[in-house]
Amino acid sequence: MATFSLNVNGKKHQVDADPATPILWVLRDHLNLVGTKYGCGIAACGACTVHLDGVAVRSCQLPVSGVGDKTITTIEGLSEQGDHPVQKAWLEHDVPQCGYCQAGQIMSASALLESNPNPSDADIDAAMDGNICRCGTYTRIKAAIKTAASN
Amino acid sequence: MPILKTKYGRRSFLKASALSGGGMMLGFSWLASCQPGGNHALSNIPKEWFDINAFLKIADNGLVTIISPNPEGGQNIKTGMPMIVAEELDVDWNDVTVEQAPLNTELYTRQFIGGSQAIRQGWNSLRMAGASARHMLREAAAQSWSVPVDEITTEAGVLKHPSSGKSAGYGEMAGAAANIPVPEEVKLKDINDFMIIGTSRKNVDGKKIVTGQPLFGIDTYVEGMLTAMIVHPPAFGMKLKSVDDTAVRSMPGIRDVFTLKVLQDDFERQHFDTCTFLEVVAIVGNSTWEVMKAKQAIEVQWEPFESYTEERTFYGGGKRTLTIPSGLENSSDHGTMMTREAAQSSTVVRKNGNPEMAFRNAARVIEKTYTAPFLAHNCMEPMNFFAHVTSEGAVVKGPLQKAELTEHTLSARLGLPLEKIDIQMTRLGGGYGRRSYAHWVTEAALISQKMNAPVKLVYSREDDMTGGIYRPAYQATYRAALDADNNLVGFHINAGGLSDSPLYANRFPAGAVDNYLAESWTLNSNITIGSFRAPRSNFIACAEQSFLDEVAEATGKDPIDFRLELLERAAINPVGENNDYDAARYAGVLELVREKSNWDQPSSGIHRGVSAYFCHNSYAAQVLDLTIEDGKPIIHNVCCAVDCGIVVNPDAASNLAEGAIVDGIGNALFGELTFKDGVPEKNNFHQYRMIRMSEAPRNIDIHFVDNGIDPTGLGEPTFPPAFGALANALYRASGERVYVQPFYGRGQQLDVRN
Ligand code: FES
Ligand code: FES
Repeated sequence: MATFSLNVNGKKHQVDADPATPILWVLRDHLNLVGTKYGCGIAACGACTVHLDGVAVRSCQLPVSGVGDKTITTIEGLSEQGDHPVQKAWLEHDVPQCGYCQAGQIMSASALLESNPNPSDADIDAAMDGNICRCGTYTRIKAAIKTAASN
Repeated sequence: MPILKTKYGRRSFLKASALSGGGMMLGFSWLASCQPGGNHALSNIPKEWFDINAFLKIADNGLVTIISPNPEGGQNIKTGMPMIVAEELDVDWNDVTVEQAPLNTELYTRQFIGGSQAIRQGWNSLRMAGASARHMLREAAAQSWSVPVDEITTEAGVLKHPSSGKSAGYGEMAGAAANIPVPEEVKLKDINDFMIIGTSRKNVDGKKIVTGQPLFGIDTYVEGMLTAMIVHPPAFGMKLKSVDDTAVRSMPGIRDVFTLKVLQDDFERQHFDTCTFLEVVAIVGNSTWEVMKAKQAIEVQWEPFESYTEERTFYGGGKRTLTIPSGLENSSDHGTMMTREAAQSSTVVRKNGNPEMAFRNAARVIEKTYTAPFLAHNCMEPMNFFAHVTSEGAVVKGPLQKAELTEHTLSARLGLPLEKIDIQMTRLGGGYGRRSYAHWVTEAALISQKMNAPVKLVYSREDDMTGGIYRPAYQATYRAALDADNNLVGFHINAGGLSDSPLYANRFPAGAVDNYLAESWTLNSNITIGSFRAPRSNFIACAEQSFLDEVAEATGKDPIDFRLELLERAAINPVGENNDYDAARYAGVLELVREKSNWDQPSSGIHRGVSAYFCHNSYAAQVLDLTIEDGKPIIHNVCCAVDCGIVVNPDAASNLAEGAIVDGIGNALFGELTFKDGVPEKNNFHQYRMIRMSEAPRNIDIHFVDNGIDPTGLGEPTFPPAFGALANALYRASGERVYVQPFYGRGQQLDVRN
């Protein structure tokens, strides 16, 4: 056990945890930020995607000891009112089915648009291929990313 | 205007008196988060709510809460069902908030996810719930204004008496309406007057989903809750021998380690009580990561089990004894075993005419065999459940498809009467059949009982994927007899699989061919199986539609024309009895997809496959367009025609249909779980290939047949035909028919013909 100080969604948190604990479980079990989802635990599904200093990372692979003073943004902190352009586009296209993968999809998509405001289809595929949607909402996700890009 | 008897009497409508002493006060944030569309509610917080019936309550200010009885797992039922109630109640959808009902068998029937039946079977009761409430509001207004009830009209939540000019919002009459007797009959709207049904409404939970609110079972955290995981045998055919937990007990955060008998040996099993591993090891601790680490460290010895039998009462009645054979099975042996079983123990399920003679006299016989492997459901939210069991009773909460049946299992296993079991339904992070089998709910409850604490049981992805209850491995052999004029004069299907047969003997082309023979067999396996989106159809549709495509080609006919000719025969002069499809509706979707896909004017360089199928009371036909680039299929478009009767929420319905098509293509291309010495050869997504964005169709068009027929299923019907449309398009591209699923599972290169 060790104590870590984390900056999550603009707030400072102190966490006592095993240094190897993935941020995914720190968020869910310690900080009650459950929007970030567990899907595979091995960086193969994207459900746990968060932003680390604005870059999309798989939180199941990021140990709490590896964060340092980098800032973490989760789905809960992506926008104050749930009105980030990607969230708005998701609602406009009514993307979710079960919804379980969608936090991860939105975090991957918003990081993509941050670094590449006008992605091509191939860019979108490349950025989003790590995020599985078992319900098969891919065509809507892609359309929503394009809508968000155009706004 | 249809008039329906409200067979739901007082008991099921829980006809309430006005809530005495003031209704429920609701907080600002609750309203904000539940409001589906408009902003009306925010400026207008009600003081009192009146229960009108089990499906709805109306506030003094006119807001309406509609209770969605069925669990939500991505079908968007939580929006669709309330839309039906709101339609007949005649309210502004912006004034509606939606609440998820808990399991309550007194108030609701069939709180299931399964068989694509929610809207079909809920249609009349949801309409009646809205219509009878509207009637009671009109009665209340009539009494208050001393005018005949027939003169009272409604419009978007307002009661009006046109000749006197009187009007009142629903909220003003809700208290009085709650005391009006439930009418014995109600008038339902004419479908042409629908204002909400048939218009697209956004997912009522959309905002919560995109902001990461806790909606799912796995998001349950309560004060003092412990986390539990299980360790199950690594192989089918194995059982627990012994546990060495010494290293684990002292690990940080670990509270207890024990073995657990999920069901007792003499437990009377129902349909959905499939339990792969009867005894598992439970590890309980303070947090998920600590338990996961202990799970890796624990030493468990396993041993092969002897074959055994179990009595099972199946859904819909029949009792059967199942044999669970011993042994560590290999997928590499299954093919030979299935072929031997098909030859030795097929039973005739349907026969028309004289198929033997038809084949003997045929000018040409085409025979093909199709196979498909076990599939894991791989719901994105792994199996999990919260349980708090005390001597007072059990409260369990989580994602579940058949809560009503699970309640019985829990009651029997925990020794608690049904009324002491409270099942709360959360959103499901996917179900697809997997969450009908609720052994993990029992596990969670037993762990809580033992720990005397609230517990959330979570399966790791590996536990989930290797835990059994798969779509069975299947095999089907089709034979077609053609006469000298290329007429299809005989048809023979022989189908079976591991622990289940995929045969639907009365399904097309039964009824369309004079000489028809359908045979079925099953081969026992200890690899457990269960419902998987469109059970059986999810295999047999592909085999049948691939075979018909091949036969059409052999006769020199266009594949759509060929199917339409058979359907015409089945419509005009059907062969035999009990054909389970309506040939005209079946032909209708083929005609529609032909038109919408421009089938008769194909673009050059694109390879197209067609497929059509009937299941879950609905019809779907698809045309899939692909090219092969660098040995990989690129799917440009899927055009899909669906006849599921009246569509309640068109955009949401399209979403569901699109998803099922993507799911079908994904499973057809990649889906496969194989076994070596009983061990699943894949345990997570690095090995189990799921379709991803770059492999999904670039465009999907859904077209609904507009026929005003009462709604039928939609969650499943567009799934099975996707496999066949893909198979037929792959053939057009490569010149090679595909018979073995998955078509692209091992990453093999696909050839291009031109
Ligand atoms: S849970 Fe991290 S990528 Fe799947
Ligand atoms: S919406 Fe269900 S997994 Fe993506």
